[in-house]
Amino acid sequence: MHVHFLDPYRPRPSLIHALDPRVKLALALAFILAVALTPIAAWPVYVLLAALLLSVVLLSELGVGHVLKRSALALPFVLAAIPILVTAPGATLWEATLAGLSLRLTDAGLARFGSIVLKSWLSVQMAIVLAASTTFPQLLLAMRALRVPRLLVAIFGLMWRYLFVLVDEALRLLRARAARSAAPTRPIAGARPGGSVAWRARVAGGMAGNLLIRSFDRGERIYAAMAARGYDGEIRAFPMPPIPAGQRLALIGGLVLLALLVGLGHLL
Amino acid sequence: MHYSPAPLHIPDGFLSVVVAVILWIVSLAGLGYALKRVNQDLGERQAPLMGVLAAAIFAGQMLNFTVAGGTSGHLLGAALATILLGPWAAIVVMVCVVSVQALIFQDGGLLALGANIFNMAIVGVAVSYFAYQTIRKFAGNQRWGLLVGGFAAAWLSVVVAALATALELAVSGTSPANVAVPAMGLIHMLIGVGEGLITIGALLFVRAARPELLGRSAASGRAGRAVWAIGLVIALVLAVLSPLASAHPDGLEWFAEQQGFIDRAQSPLYDLIPDYAFPGISDPALATIVAGVLGTLLVFMVALGIAVNRRRRSTSTPG
Repeated sequence: MHVHFLDPYRPRPSLIHALDPRVKLALALAFILAVALTPIAAWPVYVLLAALLLSVVLLSELGVGHVLKRSALALPFVLAAIPILVTAPGATLWEATLAGLSLRLTDAGLARFGSIVLKSWLSVQMAIVLAASTTFPQLLLAMRALRVPRLLVAIFGLMWRYLFVLVDEALRLLRARAARSAAPTRPIAGARPGGSVAWRARVAGGMAGNLLIRSFDRGERIYAAMAARGYDGEIRAFPMPPIPAGQRLALIGGLVLLALLVGLGHLL
Repeated sequence: MHYSPAPLHIPDGFLSVVVAVILWIVSLAGLGYALKRVNQDLGERQAPLMGVLAAAIFAGQMLNFTVAGGTSGHLLGAALATILLGPWAAIVVMVCVVSVQALIFQDGGLLALGANIFNMAIVGVAVSYFAYQTIRKFAGNQRWGLLVGGFAAAWLSVVVAALATALELAVSGTSPANVAVPAMGLIHMLIGVGEGLITIGALLFVRAARPELLGRSAASGRAGRAVWAIGLVIALVLAVLSPLASAHPDGLEWFAEQQGFIDRAQSPLYDLIPDYAFPGISDPALATIVAGVLGTLLVFMVALGIAVNRRRRSTSTPG
């Protein structure tokens, strides 16, 4: 089984894909920071940020639907912010009694909740565009430019290289378990299929332990292979190519625009 | 089979910038020290071993088992990594796992990544180490020590990380402490049982197949004792703070409010032009409409540009 389904990168002949990964990572992080720095209930700024995001999504040619579908991943966490609707102090908009609890929906609570959800949604979509338009090796290059320690970048690189191998291995373990587990279509009288929860957990645990032991051995083998090819613990990398002048300009322009939007948010 | 997000990863937008930045700094300090220690222990083996083991924990999180009613339990792995690799390597491995989840799979935000690293890699590992080492010390080398220690480490790592998450949300003013702390705590007390059982299963397998791997987890010397003490302190602080915070949320609300003041104080412009919504436009609703028109124009122009560009591309390369 191939696990390319895990890799979020989608090749497209777009401007966003062609952007230097260092510029792209810096701008994506700046966008997320700008969204975070925009105060609660600065609706005009949210609209402008959303328009900016939508433009980037369109330019990336990934398809608005693709990005929206993936952004649903972050939705479950909205649950954590729901209580703020009825606990924030403010003018009452609507009142109800639910199971003995009197709930008071306030304007401040609604504004806060709406802002949190909107901010979260804008940020996650930008992160999706970044991951879908940048290959992981490009991201590693960008991380190195942002002064992430070289050793950590090397660990990330090796992790990515073996991620798919080990996910394949995990899927093989799951398939082996499924092949040995019968699932009755009708309940069998007097027999409980599947064992107890503790037993099932122990089986899954055994699979995890097995995976870890295999990975230990694989890590040692990889180290031996690297040592055989001259690895001496020093992480070497090619010097980074210069950023083209036009993209440098795009970077500065984007940062200034985001700073202006944040400033506008605080003026409102 | 799809990638399933775990409920502990905080997305962007849910933490205040102050909280996010403070936790980034704490996490980076912890990671820096852990990297140094692993380098001392493993030397040039570090990069390949840490990389492969991080991939293994990531893949291991896919191993699930059905619990009931369509729900399933799966491994988070902080405790298992701590027990098998020792605290320093476990921190490095968990940082890699959490970072790749955020960068590639948007499981957890990028600005919130510092907080997620803190909760899962640093709190999770320190608390696991404390629980496991304490129980192992009492049990000597017996089997029950491995089982009870493994279960306690796994359960505590999940529950304490959840409490830390809830408190961070409360301090950020995102979720009131008297709701978030009990809700997150109770859910993760159940999830923690799954984590504990699966960790026991993994430890039993390792004990049967490669018992020598279980002997090398203890970090030696003063630094090892320091992790133990940090784990103890985190567990104690959260155990005391969480019920306190949920019973008296005012303290945290006060803190969140103070932060609101910090946020506002960050913009001196605010004081320069008071009472104006938009330079020249005094009504926020009108400002929103103006912004909407501007945004629509921008998107329209981009779409037009793309359409023209596409047509040119398709006419210049016929077929």
